[in-house]
Amino acid sequence: MNLPAPSRVPLNALPRMGAGVVASVDWHALTEPEARRLRELGLDEGVEVELLRPSGLMGGPVACRIGRMIVALRRHVAGAIHVAPTAG
Amino acid sequence: MNPAPLVALVGNPNAGKSALFNALTGARQKVGNYPGVTVERHAGRLALADGRPVELLDLPGTYSLDPSSPDEAVTRDVLLGKQAGERLPDAIVVVVDAANLDNHLRFTLQLIALGLPMVVALNMFDLAERDGLVLDPEALERELGVPVVPTVAVRRRGLDALKERLAEVISPGARTLREGHGVPHDITVLQRRARQIALAATVSETAVRRWTHRIDAVALHPVAGPVLLFGLMFVMFQAVFAWSEAPIGWIEGLMAWLGEQAGALIPAGWLHSLVVDGVIAGVGAVVVFLPQILILFAFILTLEASGYMVRAAFLMDRLMASVGLSGRAFIPLLSSFACAVPGIMATRTIADDKDRLTTILIAPLMTCSARWPVYTMVIGAFFPNRQVLPFVGLQGLVAFGLLITGILGALAAALILRRTVTRGATSGFMMEMPKYQWPQPRDLLLGLAQRAEVFLKRAGSIILVTTIVLWALLSFPKAPDGQSQVEYSIAGRIGSAIEVVVAPIGFNRDISLALLPAMSAREVAVAAIGTVYAIDDPEGDAGQETIREKLQSRWSLATALAFLVWFVFAPQCISTIAVTRRETNGWKWPAFMVGYLFALAYAGAGITYWTAVALGLG
Repeated sequence: MNLPAPSRVPLNALPRMGAGVVASVDWHALTEPEARRLRELGLDEGVEVELLRPSGLMGGPVACRIGRMIVALRRHVAGAIHVAPTAG
Repeated sequence: MNPAPLVALVGNPNAGKSALFNALTGARQKVGNYPGVTVERHAGRLALADGRPVELLDLPGTYSLDPSSPDEAVTRDVLLGKQAGERLPDAIVVVVDAANLDNHLRFTLQLIALGLPMVVALNMFDLAERDGLVLDPEALERELGVPVVPTVAVRRRGLDALKERLAEVISPGARTLREGHGVPHDITVLQRRARQIALAATVSETAVRRWTHRIDAVALHPVAGPVLLFGLMFVMFQAVFAWSEAPIGWIEGLMAWLGEQAGALIPAGWLHSLVVDGVIAGVGAVVVFLPQILILFAFILTLEASGYMVRAAFLMDRLMASVGLSGRAFIPLLSSFACAVPGIMATRTIADDKDRLTTILIAPLMTCSARWPVYTMVIGAFFPNRQVLPFVGLQGLVAFGLLITGILGALAAALILRRTVTRGATSGFMMEMPKYQWPQPRDLLLGLAQRAEVFLKRAGSIILVTTIVLWALLSFPKAPDGQSQVEYSIAGRIGSAIEVVVAPIGFNRDISLALLPAMSAREVAVAAIGTVYAIDDPEGDAGQETIREKLQSRWSLATALAFLVWFVFAPQCISTIAVTRRETNGWKWPAFMVGYLFALAYAGAGITYWTAVALGLG
């Protein structure tokens, strides 16, 4: 398996309001229902994502934009989504 | 004659499906249940453009035909003609959010593959335009190969066109599903095809910073968010009590008037006693909670319709995760503050079985509105109404303490249950957060009317029957002169048996008598104590001595406190037990729930009583 290039960061490591394009998803880090629901919410390679609300000190969920939808994800799920950040 | 054609309304969550359903059918709706599951069946009537009547069925929102919760399974089964008691639909209306085509079209493609006649409602067309998205419905129709109608359900736009296109696709004759409708099962393939179609149907797109982002900047803020949530909850519970005072007065007035009218019509005797003391007083004692329940539901429905409820779940997820649940459980638990029955029914949106079961088991610990009359009666009798802090009265503080005790008890119970009987992998939390919208008064009123109907039916059936039974048990056999009617009655003898068990935790005979009928519904305890004192008082000087004074003279403070704590925990509600049985498909879990809650209630009341006695409050 290819290691993610250094320019790719996990979704939850983006700065707040930072956007990017999904480069790869570590589907094996997720349970089968998690992976399926994530696909149903439109997550796929090449889709634009944006971190709207990071996890915070307590390790709560993150809020992010996937395409045109806002979605709440637990931190470990966001961590399995690798993003190529868009400049700016 | 053939039944009217059945049209199923299907779509992703947050596509505005229910708003479209309400706009199409108005008040001509019927809420029922699918056999075997507690998923509500919403059906309504509408006339097509050519005058033909059809039955419109509003199916639970789902992302695909691959269900991950019980309500999503109903949608799949109806569409595949496998749902017991339901015909295969003659046509389907797919509701898609115009501003979220990429995602909603994927499900549409799955549905097209079924081969049933269908029309796509391109809903919330105006909001998409406001978001800077210009779509070409005709291009979409060409790409999909099925009729597409732009609609704005909340403004009733596009409804006539929808009825016209629907009339065109519905033809008489039996339906069959297309062979091998299994479709490409790979979501990714469908998703990419959906994105291509969405792109082809998009004329232009300009980036607009949406309102939703601005509101979320506050609503999801790590500090401001929880403050806002707490503030909303505070206002909600304040309103439940403050706004309900006047309507409760009207209902009490109406019941008193009904009692007088009936009393004047029926000659004195057992029938008079049954109708006036039993039926009107008993049912009336319960119907007075209707305003509180409706106010609470008005808040909950508004929070849901506005899109805020999912944000509340987001904020609560961290706390809920610490006891092994997810933020999603917050929504049914909040409903349980009105009544555990709709709360438990709302757990059907929770995907994970163990997660859902745990939520069901702790839902009765939320302080439902049926407990307030019990709390109010006892607190009013034993705690003076004085200010302890500015804006904080002693009575309110005690009530708040009981509410918090219930919540802490629920969290502790969840923590223990998730490590023992409902152990399992921790379920995730993944939820779409819809755009904020103004709740539509029509949708709100329809929702409230349905809640009121469910509540009044309950008051009219279960509570009516228990009230009559209690009256009979207390009135027969007639005691000989010189003996107390209550002690001599059948209920009195049952009460004496219960008293043996509950005497150690400080409960007297009156309480023992009230506990049995209160199994039907907690608020009946108030009526039962009233009935016990009324029947026990043959001279009829009940008018001079109020229930409050009777309680003060017959109960110690320690007993009163133990009684309150008992009601925080005890599963005294037949409806909750019944809905738990239906939801969990058997008697095992309701039996467990009743057992563990009674054990908690007994221990809690006992500890309270013994501590209070030790402190000299006995």
